[in-house]
Amino acid sequence: MEYLIFIGIGVLFSVGTYLLLCRSLLRVIGGFMVISHAVHMLILTMAGLNTGSAPLVDLSGSDSTDPLPHAVILTAIVIGFGLTSFLIVLAYRTYKAHKTDDLEKLRGADNE
Amino acid sequence: MSLLHWIILIPFLAAVFVPLLGRVFPRVHTGWFVLFVPLTLVVVSWVSYSSLIADGESMLHTVPWVPMLDINFSVYIDGLSFLFLLLITGIGALVVLYSIYYLDKKKERLQNFYVYLLMFIGAMLGVVLSDNLIVLYAFWELTSLASTLLIGFWFIRKKPMFGAQKSMLITVFGGFAMLVGFMLLYIMTGTFSIREIIGEADVIMDHALFLPAMILVLLGAFTKSVQFPFHIWLPDAMEAPTPVSAYLHSATMVKAGIYLVARMMPIFGGSAEWFWIILITGLFTMFWGAISAVRQKDLKAILAFSTVSQLGLIMSLLGVGSAALYAQDPELEMMYAGAIVTAMFHLINHSTFKGSLFMVAGIIDHETGTRTLYKLGGLMTIMPVTFTVSAVGLAAMAGIPPFNGFISKEMFFANMIEVTDLPFFGMGDWSIIIPMIAWIASIFTFIYCAYMFYKTFMGKYDRANYWVDVHEASPGLLVSPILLGGLVIILGLFPNILTNVLIHPSVTSILTGISVELEPYSLTLWHGFEIELFMSIGVVAVGVIAFLYHNKWTEWEIYSKDRDVVNIFYDQGIGKLQDGSQWITRLQMTGRLRDYFVYMLVFIVMLLAVTMWRSGSFQDLPEGIASTMDTPLYMYVVMFTLVGAAAVLPFIKSRITFIITIGVLGLMVALFFTIFSAPDLALTQLLVETVLLIVLMLAFRHLPEMTTETENRSYNTVNVLIAASVGALVTMLSISAYALRLDLDFTAISDYFIENAVPLGGGYNIVNVTLVDFRGFDTVLEALVLGIVALAIIMLVKHRFKGGEDI
Repeated sequence: MEYLIFIGIGVLFSVGTYLLLCRSLLRVIGGFMVISHAVHMLILTMAGLNTGSAPLVDLSGSDSTDPLPHAVILTAIVIGFGLTSFLIVLAYRTYKAHKTDDLEKLRGADNE
Repeated sequence: MSLLHWIILIPFLAAVFVPLLGRVFPRVHTGWFVLFVPLTLVVVSWVSYSSLIADGESMLHTVPWVPMLDINFSVYIDGLSFLFLLLITGIGALVVLYSIYYLDKKKERLQNFYVYLLMFIGAMLGVVLSDNLIVLYAFWELTSLASTLLIGFWFIRKKPMFGAQKSMLITVFGGFAMLVGFMLLYIMTGTFSIREIIGEADVIMDHALFLPAMILVLLGAFTKSVQFPFHIWLPDAMEAPTPVSAYLHSATMVKAGIYLVARMMPIFGGSAEWFWIILITGLFTMFWGAISAVRQKDLKAILAFSTVSQLGLIMSLLGVGSAALYAQDPELEMMYAGAIVTAMFHLINHSTFKGSLFMVAGIIDHETGTRTLYKLGGLMTIMPVTFTVSAVGLAAMAGIPPFNGFISKEMFFANMIEVTDLPFFGMGDWSIIIPMIAWIASIFTFIYCAYMFYKTFMGKYDRANYWVDVHEASPGLLVSPILLGGLVIILGLFPNILTNVLIHPSVTSILTGISVELEPYSLTLWHGFEIELFMSIGVVAVGVIAFLYHNKWTEWEIYSKDRDVVNIFYDQGIGKLQDGSQWITRLQMTGRLRDYFVYMLVFIVMLLAVTMWRSGSFQDLPEGIASTMDTPLYMYVVMFTLVGAAAVLPFIKSRITFIITIGVLGLMVALFFTIFSAPDLALTQLLVETVLLIVLMLAFRHLPEMTTETENRSYNTVNVLIAASVGALVTMLSISAYALRLDLDFTAISDYFIENAVPLGGGYNIVNVTLVDFRGFDTVLEALVLGIVALAIIMLVKHRFKGGEDI
């Protein structure tokens, strides 16, 4: 099963990277979000997949899942959320100021 | 910490208080306070060490700094260090006194000046007193830095900045070469201590790295001591205030290279390469400096090239003296040790007469407002004291008795004749050329001294050439040059007064490996009718004749070319360097986000690919890692939806479809978390996804439709290639790492959290306890991040920027 997921993560990374290299700001932000998802999945998979019980003390047995990656990913999701919201508003503001969201046109002067 | 450590540190400590002095005592010239520092140091050094040094003793004190790397702040004093210690502090005191009258209290930034000057004094003392090569190097670069700052003291003008940059580039280049040379010495001996390296001199002598180390160290010495072709920075350094030129650029800093060569003498001395490189470089520098000085029209430029020439003279003497370490014959050893005696004596003499000459040139500049030979003339009767001091200094430099320069020049001639009899190092009949070059260079020295003297003080005084009323300088300005001029005369009449304390101890500490016990060398004004006396007479005779015809040769074309030809290399080099760095900068800084991502990604991909390939990550993959769990059918469905949602993203043209598809992706990830029993993650993911969707919707109501990415086909191909390789690499990396994880039998650290969630955290949801208790600070700071994001968002949405602001 891990092979399947690793290949899926690889595809997510490819798509995310491609979007990052695009000219439209919206696609760049989309790429960022896709890569975040892929990283979260990667961490969980690397820790060992387990469909056993949730990491609660009462339920914990030999087949319960590992709580540590959960804690790490939880932090990552929240920080990623903050960053993404900031990027979205930044894109909005950039468009307001420059009347374009095309990164090619946002390059600034040729010789600074 | 010993007294020697404090001697080095006191100038630095004093520098800290200098900026305050101007505020606290606005009516007193800051120089009066600074004067105490070198004055105290010279008295303390003399009282504490003179008897010790005269007895031929030495002292070593060590304070550990980075003992692991063999870097210790160890200080060492012997005859050579003591000579420089007195030179630096003694001339330093005179220069500070002179600067008090030279630099105006109201107009100049005195605090900056004295901070730089004290920094230089401390650094220079550090150079000559350090025993550890790395510490020496650090102080060495600090002197370059102080010199640069002082040259650029009047930084509003263009020329000082040019001179400052030039001097720094050249001396720091040499410094780096020297550092590499020191590292090679470390590789050979395993220590940075000069004392210990000298102890292993015979190991170094036969080592393959001997020659590279020697050349690199010499590069440092030659750039600092303005040897050809690195001398070009010194004439441009004359833009510094004159006290600085007198102190750094004639008396002390430029002699650091001489010091280094003398210090390294027991390590490298006695080899033919060392002998020839130093002798030839020194002699040629002496010759080149002298013929260049004749062509100069500015008083300080003449003195600058003359310094180049005189340093070449001292350097060549050190080269000759190194033969004593090879000779193995008491008579020859004594003979060539004489060259070192001359070198040390001339080192002192040069500091006295050149220091006074620089100060006098500064006085003339100060009082008349010009330093150009064409404008000056007839100052003898107007400035009688200045005239007398100049006459003494110039006569000493030209080698006229009874001044100290005469004695050292006679000894120099004698040494240069002696070297032709050298029975080894491939010396042959052609070697007569060595004293010939020395002799010709001395003639030119005589000519420029005479010409400078004549043009400044003789001839007709023309009032129209000056924009100020010319008169004799104030007594305060004259004290220092008079004292130095007095030393010139005293050392000429009684040359032996310094022999026991300074010259003999320094010579013995340079020639440590020599077999005979050196006797103090007696210096006399009158040598008898030896060949060197006739050479001196010849210098004066030819020089006078050449001078009498100066109306002829000043009309030659070569006379008007006063800028050194070697400068071509520097000017071209610096131009190319700037063009090149601009070209590289333009190449990489395109201002395009995509390009920066491409650089990073290509680098990451290559780095990882090469590492994985080299470390053979796939050769020992354990069998059957896929079989930890069977893949249920619904898993295929989930992964297919997830990957499918992502894969269509690049093809979507409409904003709203794009946003919704991203939402689908997020929800599938939440489902993924649910399958693998991570309820907290799934909940958070759902919540975040919902909020983000709303934010996106709100923001993109204001954004335009997405443009199509068809601008450039080759761009797109590169993007696809990079994206595909990143994906492939991540997959390979994950499989390899996962396999390795199964292979290594380690215990997970999560056990601690599982066991202690209830006893220590008092909670039953382990993830929650981990976040709010075990890793509580992380979570608090995470909340802080979100707070900052919230503030930034409010700012971006609400704030109205005024026009013209770049956001």
